[in-house]
Amino acid sequence: MSSIELPLPEPSILARRDEIVRDLIAIAGRDSVIADEDGRRAYETDAFTAYRCMPLAVVLPVTTDGVSKVLKYCNANGIKVIPRGAGTSLCGGALPAEDAVVVGVSRMSKLLDVDYDGRWARVETGITNLAISAAVGANGFFYAPDPSSQLACTLAGNLAMNSGGAHCLKYGVTTNNVMGVKIVLMDGSVVDIGGQYLDSEGYDFLSLVIGSEGQLGIITEATVRILRQAEGAKPMLLGFESTDKASICVARIIASGIIPVAIEFMDKPAIEVCEAFAKAGYPLDVAALLIVEVEGSDEEIADRLGYIAGIAQELNPLSIVVSANEAQSAKIWKGRKSAFGAIGRLADYLCMDGTIPLGHLPNVLEQITEICGRYGLKVANIFHAGDGNLHPLIMYDANDPRQSERAEQAGAEILKLCVSVGGCLTGEHGVGIEKRDLMRVQFSETDLAVQMRIKTLFDPQWLLNPAKVFPLDGRPVLDSPQAPKPQPDVQPVAA
Amino acid sequence: MNDVLRPAADWELKSMITALGEQRISIEIIGAGTKRGIGRPVATSALLTTASLRGIPLYEPTELVMSARSGTSLSQIEVELGARGQMLPFEPLELGPAFGMPAGAQTIGSVFITNNSGARRIAVGSARDHLLGARGVNGRAEQFKSGGRVMKNVTGYDVARALTGSWGTLAVVTEVTFKVAPLPDDMVTLLYPGLPDDLAVELMCAAVGSPFEVSGTTHLPAAHAARLQTPGVAALSAPVTAIRIENFMKSVLYRKSRLAEALKAYGVPVELDLEKSLQFWAELRRMAMLPFGPSFVWRISTAPKAAPLLVSNIRRHMPAEAMYDWSGGLIWLETPPSADAGAADVRRAVAMHGGHATLIRADSAVRHSVEVFQPLSAGLERLTRGLKQAFDPLGLLNPGRMYATV
Repeated sequence: MSSIELPLPEPSILARRDEIVRDLIAIAGRDSVIADEDGRRAYETDAFTAYRCMPLAVVLPVTTDGVSKVLKYCNANGIKVIPRGAGTSLCGGALPAEDAVVVGVSRMSKLLDVDYDGRWARVETGITNLAISAAVGANGFFYAPDPSSQLACTLAGNLAMNSGGAHCLKYGVTTNNVMGVKIVLMDGSVVDIGGQYLDSEGYDFLSLVIGSEGQLGIITEATVRILRQAEGAKPMLLGFESTDKASICVARIIASGIIPVAIEFMDKPAIEVCEAFAKAGYPLDVAALLIVEVEGSDEEIADRLGYIAGIAQELNPLSIVVSANEAQSAKIWKGRKSAFGAIGRLADYLCMDGTIPLGHLPNVLEQITEICGRYGLKVANIFHAGDGNLHPLIMYDANDPRQSERAEQAGAEILKLCVSVGGCLTGEHGVGIEKRDLMRVQFSETDLAVQMRIKTLFDPQWLLNPAKVFPLDGRPVLDSPQAPKPQPDVQPVAA
Repeated sequence: MNDVLRPAADWELKSMITALGEQRISIEIIGAGTKRGIGRPVATSALLTTASLRGIPLYEPTELVMSARSGTSLSQIEVELGARGQMLPFEPLELGPAFGMPAGAQTIGSVFITNNSGARRIAVGSARDHLLGARGVNGRAEQFKSGGRVMKNVTGYDVARALTGSWGTLAVVTEVTFKVAPLPDDMVTLLYPGLPDDLAVELMCAAVGSPFEVSGTTHLPAAHAARLQTPGVAALSAPVTAIRIENFMKSVLYRKSRLAEALKAYGVPVELDLEKSLQFWAELRRMAMLPFGPSFVWRISTAPKAAPLLVSNIRRHMPAEAMYDWSGGLIWLETPPSADAGAADVRRAVAMHGGHATLIRADSAVRHSVEVFQPLSAGLERLTRGLKQAFDPLGLLNPGRMYATV
């Protein structure tokens, strides 16, 4: 696939590759720099695998100071930097460039400090999402955002993309669960934002850096909120004869005053694939399935699920199954969280991530099927229904360039549809390169200019993850991006 | 203050700011003006109010979302929400009465632009956390939008949320879109009388660290509790620590008894039923413990465990009554008036224990001479100036409201 334009590498940087690698080794140490081809190949793409590009070099610092020195050097020498967590981005957020250095935080993964009274944990951002919950789980606490890739993805990536997950209906997304960060800016300066307390006064820079897709700095440490686990939790499966009825059920549950921890939606193609993979007991004779989870004591759960079942009954569901035990609950969630992987075994797929107002759900689902049908492609829908965050998985054969192109076109149409009903291009995966050229569907030139000035404030030369988020044309004209002014405070590093 | 500009539409606001920019006239931005006494006094020759930007263009109760023009009064918003059994979950404070103004007058725009959150913040997040999108005009006279009306949105930078807490210094917000929530079915409050500050904070932390979804924790010194009208509270003649549980009726019953059991080391609580609980938390929301008067008020955000130490550190330098919210993480400190509000001592104590302090109530001369907001680190100051420059390079909007030079 090659319909997304990527900037041509800067020849003057490519020509200096050996020298840059020598300098990076001098700065970061030989153990932290990956320069050989085989080593770099592991970093040539992320989970948006249709696009690949070998980076100039990879640096994996072990301290904030190490990150700072590398960024300071790259900034002084006009070298682009691609920040990287675990490389699980679904939108090409971590896609390297030939003339760029990948700076990864994967070797900075320590839990630094926990305060159960203040309900926070301070961690290095290379820690995986699940490892935070695992570290505080024995004390009955957890870190709430739970993207499906939580076993592998790092907090750094979650911060960059403001990741969500199945349970953010109740607990919010990453930005709602972070109290402070330590961020290294492109000039190497280190800034602490927020801290071990709530709601710092002053401009809300936390809001800007979280979700900035690695374009404003590299976050090396974060203080995240941890929450006390509920006494228990239990999912229920509600199967319906039509996606319409399932959609109405979602709206009625939310309107009733109950906010479940999660409401997940699967259509028939998704149910079949996930059931074959996880043997979770999903009903196979339904057109749409909801997984609704509530929390509390056993009695509270029974009470709440009974109430929700009552709402569902009015819509004549084909199936109502309450999880019988922990093992079944685990299977039900395993099926949902492995959905992308399970579908990936059948076909290549593009995962869309638009969010829509809930009221438009039936209509939009119908149109998604129509759009994909028009391009001759199959689609499975599996998504966070409670908050309207869709995940149509458009299946195609990556070895067929025409199919690849059609899949991208169908995806773009779906996202435009989401925006046209009052929604947005991406609910939790980010813009990356994938949706970069669709930004004008959602934003005016002025809206984009307001955002791009913030990029320029943090990174005047646009060296950090530059080819992402904003359309390539219409960017601010920089003074002289390729030939930065010499910076007297930066000493050249001896080889 | 001769000129009051009252834009009624975004385009009108845009043309006003264009004209002001051409003439380099800076301007004070207000909603209903209930928080004008907070922050550094703004010295401008013109005033702009959002009061004519009124109305609720979108309310979808089944999607838990509302959009409101920024000058719409909070009381109108709450009437609309209440009619559908919903609320603003972050429980914005009514700071008006503490400044001699009526409750309910503040605008919804000001609630978000000052990130104003009350007791339930500890459980559900702040005003900032509930903001989904915003429209506005910046100091460059550019009409822009950010975010949207959907619950999950990571498209582009989160500019809307970044405007919260900017006190009108970056842009004039014309419309906000935010999450709302169902009103709880039932509510109960457990009052623990007589605890010293450190034990009270311990109790509150244990309560929010329990699985029972405590939705409010506050500790009032006896002097503050004595100012409340809720039956039975003043009569305790003691400091009062309050723990709120809200949920479905059955759950409240169950959780109340489990929680009282878990917290029995702190004594036997007095129970406030639904009606009294509503009154008690409404009084706190109106800041009834800090009525209009000459005393000064600091708002300090810190780690709960550090809070009692921080307060006792300050008390070495001045008399102070401390009310704790957010399980101890938020301190409302009432001090006698003084020439410098004890700023140096407060800042030193905050630096030692970690956190942020804001001078909320003091004479205008004092707010002019001491730093009202938490002084910034060098790195944050550079970014703060840069962000102001990005949004308002001519310094037209609320100049000096937060920091003397921004």
